[in-house]
Amino acid sequence: MGPFETVAKGKKKAMRSIILSTAARFLMPMILLFSAFLLLRGHNLPGGGFVGGLIAAAAFGLYLLAFDVQETRRLLRIDPRTLVGLGLLVVLGSGLTGWFKGKPFLTALWGRYRLTGFLHIEIGTPLIFDAGIYLVVLGSAMTMLLALAEED
Amino acid sequence: MEILMALVVGGLYGTGVYLLLRPTPVKVIIGLAILTNAVNLLIFTAARLTRGHPPIVEETLGRPSYPIADPVPQALVLTAIVIAFGVLAFTLVLFRRAAETTEADNLDEMRTTDT
Amino acid sequence: MGYAICSVFLLALLAPGLTRIAKPVSGWLMAALPLTLCVYFLSMLDATAGGLTLQVTWPWLPDLGIRLSFFLDGLSLLFAVLVCGVGAVIMIYSADYLADHKCLGSFFLFLNLFMASMLGLVLADNLITLFVFWELTSLTSFFLIGFDHDRDKARSSALQALLVTGVGGLALLAGLILVGEAAGTLELSELLQSGDLIRQHAWYVPIVLLVATGAFAKSAQFPFHFWLPNAMEAPTPVSAYLHSATMVKAGIYLLLRLSPILGQTALWHGMLETVGGVTMLGSILMAIRQTDMKRLLAYTTISSLGTMVFLIGLDIPLSIAAAISYMLAHVLYKASLFLITGIIDHATGSRDLSALGGLFGKMPVIGLVAILAALSMAGAAPFLGFVGKELFYEVVLMAPRAAPLSILAALLTSIFMVTSAALLTVRPFFGPARSDRLPHGPVATNLWLGPLLLAGAGTLAGVFIGIIDKSLLAPAVSAVQPGHSVKPLALWHGFTPVLAFSILTLASGIAVYFRCDWYRAWTENWSRRHHYGAETCYERLYSGLFTIASRLTLIIQNGRLRNYLLTVFISATVLVSSTLLWNGGIRFPTVWTSVNFGDLILAGIILAAAYVTSRVGHRLVAIVAMGVIGYGIALIFAQLGAPDLAMTQFSIETMTVLLFILIFHRLPLFSRLAPRRAMRFDAVVATAAGLLMTALTLAAVSGPTDKRLADFFAKQSVPAAHGRNIVNTILVDFRALDTLGEIAVLGMAGVGVWALLKLWPKERRKP
Repeated sequence: MGPFETVAKGKKKAMRSIILSTAARFLMPMILLFSAFLLLRGHNLPGGGFVGGLIAAAAFGLYLLAFDVQETRRLLRIDPRTLVGLGLLVVLGSGLTGWFKGKPFLTALWGRYRLTGFLHIEIGTPLIFDAGIYLVVLGSAMTMLLALAEED
Repeated sequence: MEILMALVVGGLYGTGVYLLLRPTPVKVIIGLAILTNAVNLLIFTAARLTRGHPPIVEETLGRPSYPIADPVPQALVLTAIVIAFGVLAFTLVLFRRAAETTEADNLDEMRTTDT
Repeated sequence: MGYAICSVFLLALLAPGLTRIAKPVSGWLMAALPLTLCVYFLSMLDATAGGLTLQVTWPWLPDLGIRLSFFLDGLSLLFAVLVCGVGAVIMIYSADYLADHKCLGSFFLFLNLFMASMLGLVLADNLITLFVFWELTSLTSFFLIGFDHDRDKARSSALQALLVTGVGGLALLAGLILVGEAAGTLELSELLQSGDLIRQHAWYVPIVLLVATGAFAKSAQFPFHFWLPNAMEAPTPVSAYLHSATMVKAGIYLLLRLSPILGQTALWHGMLETVGGVTMLGSILMAIRQTDMKRLLAYTTISSLGTMVFLIGLDIPLSIAAAISYMLAHVLYKASLFLITGIIDHATGSRDLSALGGLFGKMPVIGLVAILAALSMAGAAPFLGFVGKELFYEVVLMAPRAAPLSILAALLTSIFMVTSAALLTVRPFFGPARSDRLPHGPVATNLWLGPLLLAGAGTLAGVFIGIIDKSLLAPAVSAVQPGHSVKPLALWHGFTPVLAFSILTLASGIAVYFRCDWYRAWTENWSRRHHYGAETCYERLYSGLFTIASRLTLIIQNGRLRNYLLTVFISATVLVSSTLLWNGGIRFPTVWTSVNFGDLILAGIILAAAYVTSRVGHRLVAIVAMGVIGYGIALIFAQLGAPDLAMTQFSIETMTVLLFILIFHRLPLFSRLAPRRAMRFDAVVATAAGLLMTALTLAAVSGPTDKRLADFFAKQSVPAAHGRNIVNTILVDFRALDTLGEIAVLGMAGVGVWALLKLWPKERRKP
């Protein structure tokens, strides 16, 4: 057993420093907001479901390090494995939308909606698809992290 | 830049191969991660390098205004990076389980699953 | 006709369900279809007796000339009637015999599958169809012999039978394909006309050898005979059906069927006579040594099969008629005797001839049936066996070659056959009773009905041989020997040399019976000193094959990851680099992208970190160095117009480090486990592989490039996908299906990790 073993064994206590937990508490919403921002802007600027999902997972991972599994699970609310399934269903749903309209599976559909005055918003199935990716990536990464953390 | 990239790819590849041949599970996993990086970089480089022009369309023009980096390998590599993470995590846990089951910390001793 | 076979296959599939629903009457349910089919085939008697053949053809692989075609003539009709008739009897018998067995349903499944295959085999017109059904009978017999799969011996015997008949089947396939190539057709009905073509073909000798090997293996001829006694591990109804009445007759059927095509040559006659003669005499000598009733029956079966092969081989027109009547007699008495053995076994718990006695008083009906069957086996008048043996003698006395030898062999075989028949009946039924080996209760009707029907048929067929001959035997004979006028069979031939031989045989056989114990002691003594034979040879081959296979596996699949990887890396490096050098060596690009100072530093850091991972002795340092490599690559991506990649790589690297931290203290420590020499060798391989990749990267950027895809996506991104980030539009729109697959894999990896960690038996978790 090297010196790091003892550090690792006492990880739970060592990691629960006040600085880290305070920082995590404050950073969490910011990082999550940032991940959502990346997801939304992904279609036009660098970002997207993959990055967004990973950043969100990193945020929860940070929380996991700062607090513990129960806290993180409570924050997540949904079991991460459910998130994986949910994400896959969202992706499937976005693909099937075109299919129900008689087009090949995964054909994109777009709609342009007016918000107020000159402001328009363009929504299409690819955006939903991207959100599905976000959920799958987040769910999968959190499944792994939580399962590992619960091993102790 | 191409030569530099080729050297980095070669160096990472060699390191990855060397680590994969180690009997220690952790080294093998690190080797796997490094090899993945090398391959991603190779695919990225093989499609030619373009400095500073991401594959994003100009808002006003409706098309890129200057030669952009090739988006195809980027899309390929992006998913590859994410999947590699999944594979890495799976391998890590698998090796851990194998080490626990066979009570061996050496890959050469993990030759049978009959415990 | 084709539907007849299909219906049995269908019944096979329904059998387990039917057995579950109506177990008490399952035997009769199962027997209904074969009985119907038997009647159906018998109704064709008039047609085939007139020399007509029926044909059915379904296309299968028309390009290869393979058709699912069937035809019915006198010969196939005889066999089909036997398969269905005996099959029906066996079904009724089995339901009672195996009533307590937990797998009666699957027994009926296998038995029906076998029956369907056997029907297909004897009805097949196309040679490939015939072969397929031939192999199906081998496969189903494997399941039936190994039916009591809890017993080791049953399993090994089943495997032995499968291997021996399987090897024979492969030889047969080769032979049949050669026949098809030589004659230009695979249809038996057409081949029957082209016998001369094949006999004069250059491949004639290999064809005969291959086909005969297949038939000999199936019909348990020397030197493939040993599987049949071992196959007695099967439940008794299976032995009665497969190993006396039908499957072992498949070889006889094939030889009969092909004798107009391949026969009438010195090779054919010589080989069949020799093999048949050796088998019939050798195995009957083995038979009277046996004390297990089933093994005794098995050896006499081999002997009778040898007699049939011998008769088919004899170059005399009458010999085919002799072979066919001998076969019919054999089916009826042997199946009956097997079934009686099963009854005795069930009732007394033993089938040891030395332990049984005095059964006649307890089960007189069984005793009478056994005597009927045994008399037919001994060749006494007026049973069908008498007709068969008379013809046997009549033909042998006319043998054109080696007549004294043939007569002697025939005489000895028949004498010992009488002895065997006596052994089977006299002691068990009339010998001194043993109190511990007496029946527990009355024998169920369903059990004794079958043997009675079979033995009774053998008796009636002997008495009314004229009718049987005209309707059943003569059409079969003329199917093998078209154009030959066969003299009608009769029970009484007058006072001929043959009759003298018959009387001599019976008398000597009974005489030998009383000297049997002396003979047994002598052979026992002899066999203890001599351990060789075909079976030993088989066992040596079998274990040798396993030794070679396990050694080979140890070499190729040694379980060492390093050896596998070294093989892959070394061969890949050598092959690819030689190809690279062959095609003009290392090339350099003509157009360069500029390098700035930052890139140099970045590359330096990455390479240094890589070096650290390979040299460092501590896990944490290695993991940190790995992180450095990842972040460095992310920065390279950011420099070279790939912000998406850079961000993904950044976050993935963070996640990876997080992952390692969580699992860190559970991972084994680094230790210098590999010897120094191995490390140096690995370093050389790794360096070579790395250099090769450098060269390949340079080669990849030197050649011409195709930008059409990139241009397409750049032009279409906004109009078609409503997005300006081309990488993202590719991921979520243009190639969305790929992405769907990829995230599915990612999800599975996550669930897989969860499963590996959580779905683990609690008791195996470390405290």
